[in-house]
Amino acid sequence: MTLNVSHLSVHHGAIRAINSLSLAIPTGALAAVIGSNGAGKTSLLRAISGLNQASHGKISWMGKSILGDKPEILVRKGISHVSEGKSVIPELTVKENLELGAIWRRDKKEMIETLDLVVSIFPRIGERLAQRADTLSGGERQMLAIGRSLMSKPKLLLLDEPSLGLAPLVVEQIFQTIRELTTSMRLTVVLVEQNAMGALRIADLGIVLNLGKVVAVDHAQALIDDPAVRAAYLGY
Amino acid sequence: MQLLNTILIGITAGSIYSLMAIAFVLVWRSTRVINFAQAGMALLSTYFGYEAVTRIGSFWIALPIAMLGGAIFSALVEVILMRVLVKHSSSGPIAAVAPIIATLGLLGLIRSVIAMIWGGQDLRILPPVSNNGFTVNGEVLVFSPLKLLILITTLILMALLTLLFQRTNLGLSFRASAYAPEIARLSGVRVDLIRTLGWALAGAAGAVAGVFQTVNGNGNFSPDSIEFSLLLVSGFIAAVIGGLDSLLGAVIGGMFLGLTISFILMYVSSGLFFIAPFVVLLLVLFIRPQGIIGVKVGRRA
Repeated sequence: MTLNVSHLSVHHGAIRAINSLSLAIPTGALAAVIGSNGAGKTSLLRAISGLNQASHGKISWMGKSILGDKPEILVRKGISHVSEGKSVIPELTVKENLELGAIWRRDKKEMIETLDLVVSIFPRIGERLAQRADTLSGGERQMLAIGRSLMSKPKLLLLDEPSLGLAPLVVEQIFQTIRELTTSMRLTVVLVEQNAMGALRIADLGIVLNLGKVVAVDHAQALIDDPAVRAAYLGY
Repeated sequence: MQLLNTILIGITAGSIYSLMAIAFVLVWRSTRVINFAQAGMALLSTYFGYEAVTRIGSFWIALPIAMLGGAIFSALVEVILMRVLVKHSSSGPIAAVAPIIATLGLLGLIRSVIAMIWGGQDLRILPPVSNNGFTVNGEVLVFSPLKLLILITTLILMALLTLLFQRTNLGLSFRASAYAPEIARLSGVRVDLIRTLGWALAGAAGAVAGVFQTVNGNGNFSPDSIEFSLLLVSGFIAAVIGGLDSLLGAVIGGMFLGLTISFILMYVSSGLFFIAPFVVLLLVLFIRPQGIIGVKVGRRA
């Protein structure tokens, strides 16, 4: 198991967002985390990436505790978080947004190689390198956000609602890309999604959260077939 | 010739205001605080410069020493004072404005400490070249070799700052941290360090503004120097005109203010020296409250 979370609790003031939550995600798996609004999905991701402080519990990555590490340190350990919304900096150019993802690296040559790789994955981003990021469409921005994250050559990718606010066709495309990247770049991915069906379809593992706890873990396909999960989260 | 003279005086003064405005903008962008102590820091740096120039004798060695002193002092203020105050600033109405009030307190504190160390009397920094105006066709201008040198030096410093911000990784870290600190952190930028460096750069820019404001005047300065109050007001106004968020805006704001004041003094009345900057500020706030190239709030939502 690459990512291990045990008995994790996260508080926002008096509100308990995550309540003694435990889960484990194996290397190379694409895990979809689903659940209704306020189930704690975003809080979980933000705790793993160091943006939220845990009040209790343990998080370990590749056998070492990462609890209390800051995000700027974790990205150096291979953990990259694409936060909610189209997480790009509109005032910067597309190329600067990508370069930002590799900014902590000293090696300029490696940065250029990674840039070429990202451009080959997202050719539409490659055509717009000199443009400001706020000229991109919603789908392109999401690709840019994922591209920036890939620039750090992550091992663990944390994605928070990449489908948010996108047209169905674009959502389909983003999900397919995430699936392909997981396999081709040998990533471990935690995908938090409101679009439960779309996420489970591409995922290996499905995790259902409710009120800050894990209420179901199974193969993604098994969750899709589970009548209770269908009724509660998939809407049919 | 009078017109050219007015323009040149205007952009020289404007370049000094621009440096001060840059200091305001750098601090605002990194910490969202208006640093009213900026004038005190510039004054303290000018004392550093004075010490260096009396010991070493060279203005051009004293200037970088003043900049370094200003940068270190400013960075210390951020680390020791601001970091704590800003951390608490979400816990109520007083805490929210506490950092800004604190800079006002710091301004008074710096001036008092300076008076304790150096005394309240006027000290003097001699300009490196003559401040006697150029003579063109037998006509003596106000524009002088010193003003030319100030103008060239400020323009070089601004060009260097632009290169730093637009062409280097450090510059990209500065911009990313200002626009979106969370995304910057997730990308591996040490935002706390960048914030301190932003204050340090502001301290250096303010130091140059302070030294130049002094030599561009009569060379005299003291803890309650009116020149530094003017510098504070002009730099602040220039930064606001420029939208408070933009380095280019700070330069445009400074030049605009310098030229406007220069024209008013030359063609209307030199008695308007203390009134003109405020009239300009009020007019700009009435006509374009977001500043000349400031952004409208809510654009990013």
